[in-house]
Amino acid sequence: MNTLPPAFSRRALLRSTAVAAFAVSGAGLLASCAGSSGDSGAAAEGKVTATNPFGVAEDAALDVVVFKGGYSDDYARFDEKLYAKKFPKAKVSHSGITEIATELQPRFVAGDPPDVVDNTGAKKMVLGTLVADGQLANLSDLLKAPSADDPDTTVGDTLLTGALVPATFDGKVMGLPYVFTVHGFWYSKTLFDKNGWTWPTTWDGLTALAAKIKKAGIAPFAYGGTTAPDYFLQALIALAAKQGGADVIKAIDNLEAKAWQAEPVKAAAEAIAALASSGYFLKGSEGLDHTQAQTAWVQGKAAMYHSGSFIENEMKSITPDGFDMVFGAVPPLSATGSLPQTALYAVAGETYVVPAKAKNVRGGKEYLRTMLSKKAAVNFTKTTHALTVVKGATGDEDFGSTALGSVTKAIDAAGDDLFSTLFTSWYADLATTLKTEIANLLAGRTDAADFLSAMQAKADTVAADSSITKFKR
Amino acid sequence: MNHGKTRIILLFLALPLTLYAVLVVSPYAQAFQISLTSWSGFTAGKPFVGFDNFQRLFQDPDFWQALAHNGLLLLVVPLVTIVLGLFFAAMLNVGGSGGKVAGVRGSAFYRRVYFLPHILPVVITAVLWQFIYNPQIGLLNGGLEAIGLGGLAHSWLGDPTVALWALIGVLVWAGVGFYVVLFSAAMQSIPKDIFEAAELDGAGRFQTLTRITLPLLRETVQVAWIYLGIHALDAFALFMVLAPSGGPDNSTMVLSQYLYLSAFQKGHFGYATAIGVLLSLLSLLMTALTFGTSRKKTTIEF
Repeated sequence: MNTLPPAFSRRALLRSTAVAAFAVSGAGLLASCAGSSGDSGAAAEGKVTATNPFGVAEDAALDVVVFKGGYSDDYARFDEKLYAKKFPKAKVSHSGITEIATELQPRFVAGDPPDVVDNTGAKKMVLGTLVADGQLANLSDLLKAPSADDPDTTVGDTLLTGALVPATFDGKVMGLPYVFTVHGFWYSKTLFDKNGWTWPTTWDGLTALAAKIKKAGIAPFAYGGTTAPDYFLQALIALAAKQGGADVIKAIDNLEAKAWQAEPVKAAAEAIAALASSGYFLKGSEGLDHTQAQTAWVQGKAAMYHSGSFIENEMKSITPDGFDMVFGAVPPLSATGSLPQTALYAVAGETYVVPAKAKNVRGGKEYLRTMLSKKAAVNFTKTTHALTVVKGATGDEDFGSTALGSVTKAIDAAGDDLFSTLFTSWYADLATTLKTEIANLLAGRTDAADFLSAMQAKADTVAADSSITKFKR
Repeated sequence: MNHGKTRIILLFLALPLTLYAVLVVSPYAQAFQISLTSWSGFTAGKPFVGFDNFQRLFQDPDFWQALAHNGLLLLVVPLVTIVLGLFFAAMLNVGGSGGKVAGVRGSAFYRRVYFLPHILPVVITAVLWQFIYNPQIGLLNGGLEAIGLGGLAHSWLGDPTVALWALIGVLVWAGVGFYVVLFSAAMQSIPKDIFEAAELDGAGRFQTLTRITLPLLRETVQVAWIYLGIHALDAFALFMVLAPSGGPDNSTMVLSQYLYLSAFQKGHFGYATAIGVLLSLLSLLMTALTFGTSRKKTTIEF
């Protein structure tokens, strides 16, 4: 005869509660252990010499984390070999990963970050957050140090104009953007030559060319509506800046009131809206992602694609032979703009940072100085066909790439008239709204006035929000 | 006398309970704690802000929009998937003609084909449908034009009026197969003599389906509804692949996606965790409601 199991005695209940409470507090203790900052002792200092301006200890290990993306990470191994030649006693460790934030976040929280990080890719860390949290080392001494090739020139003087802008927060340089990217239209020289088309020098010339292209049965422009409609932001900014000068961009970046309602910005937005209303975009662009749009473009379904100079490398495996990809700068709205016609939207990306709590901050800065040597810069451009921020490192050499040749020519012609915008990396909320609203503009769902008032409204909201750290340029 | 038994039971339960507490309960507790801070994700310290995150959440129009989208998913996806699942299961088990209680011709083949989408990993399903929905060269628009319905061709992932429905379509397509199998199993456990008795009494096929088969499947349908409801609240991978920035004009943003973007794109970990806490509360609420409203006192046993 089975008896029913005994009722849960009070003692047993108390005991089980104690076990559970212990487990939860134990977990809490473990969590706080992980949360406490690691020991951030300063690395031993080596002797400061002309070739060792930061005083890197000769046996201090160097931990390098590189983003393994379109440019791969072979150039980083080359640079590490250069560093190792200078410091043969130092152990240099390399990791090429794709998910920077995912893998490095625990290291930052534990206070044990690497010495150099290439903060790039879809999963990169938000630079503004790192700066606001004081997690990055100030690189002003790197800029003042003598350059690796010519001890009479400082590192800062070897860089292209505006290269450091994306990593400058409140006047302080907190990172080193390495790859110099120009933004504009890309087209096939072969296609243009076949039809006798030339790259226009005014915006009206561009719309006339678009009409000709449409008559020939090809869509003039394409864009990736679901993932990268914001590629056209650079076109909008280029038009506005060429018309009204770089101050127009500064006002937008600084979240000034009515910055988006300035005349040049209005004219730029209307010009782009006109492209949509004239039907110059590849049909269905709003439903394509950037890969599909770019594939359609290299397959000849569209003539021009607005993007940065990384497009050549990105489409390397799909571009058919004889495409001859070349760069066409965004032509100005009128001949009486504030900036010359040769001015370019150019921005440096692939930002390298040195975490403030790294074990070998000096070594990190020395590694960056090595990357900015001519040897490293030429190697990078040779293997990736992308320019570094080192001014004139490769001269006129195009390493067999029509795209690189046209980009070098454009940069030479532009001289110091290089501009870019920063608000998309400073204010993530505003960047999100931009993506949504510019997609609406390109798809013809809204007109220029609606787009501008939506952007202004969000900019005003971000400006008034005290919980968002603000930056100024 | 029975204290010894209790002690042994507790001893064996101690390890699993501890594992459960550490791995399941404590993350929830930590999540609640983080949601009361403004943590940016990269510092060791987490500045305490109280219920500030929740306050901002309730005033955030993007949050309410995402919640509305989840609400639509919650209404449509379980309903359509279950109706389709029941229909196919009925066809495959009792839909056959000719007196016997069997499925239509080729049921064995159909059963396997219907289950195939469920085996595909979500990301592969998403990429597959990205190609199908391509407005230029995709299968859907191409097919519509081929049969003369070119007017129905849309920019499926680029048009704010159809994007969310396109994604719901994929969710249903991927889910129906599993529920066909689930309901088939339930239907097959109904003894055949009930059907024969009904046929003897002169019940038509439709009457048998609605008056006998479906009521006997009540508990299975309830379970299916809860699974699908949770799936609708959690829908993440598909939306991230097909509409990574929230869709055209933010028309497909769902809460799980909003959570992810707030944390990893904007660096607002505290805010994102608050969304997570609300999501889990919603799931609990939904489950409780479903159990509460559809419990019947009598259960039929066979």
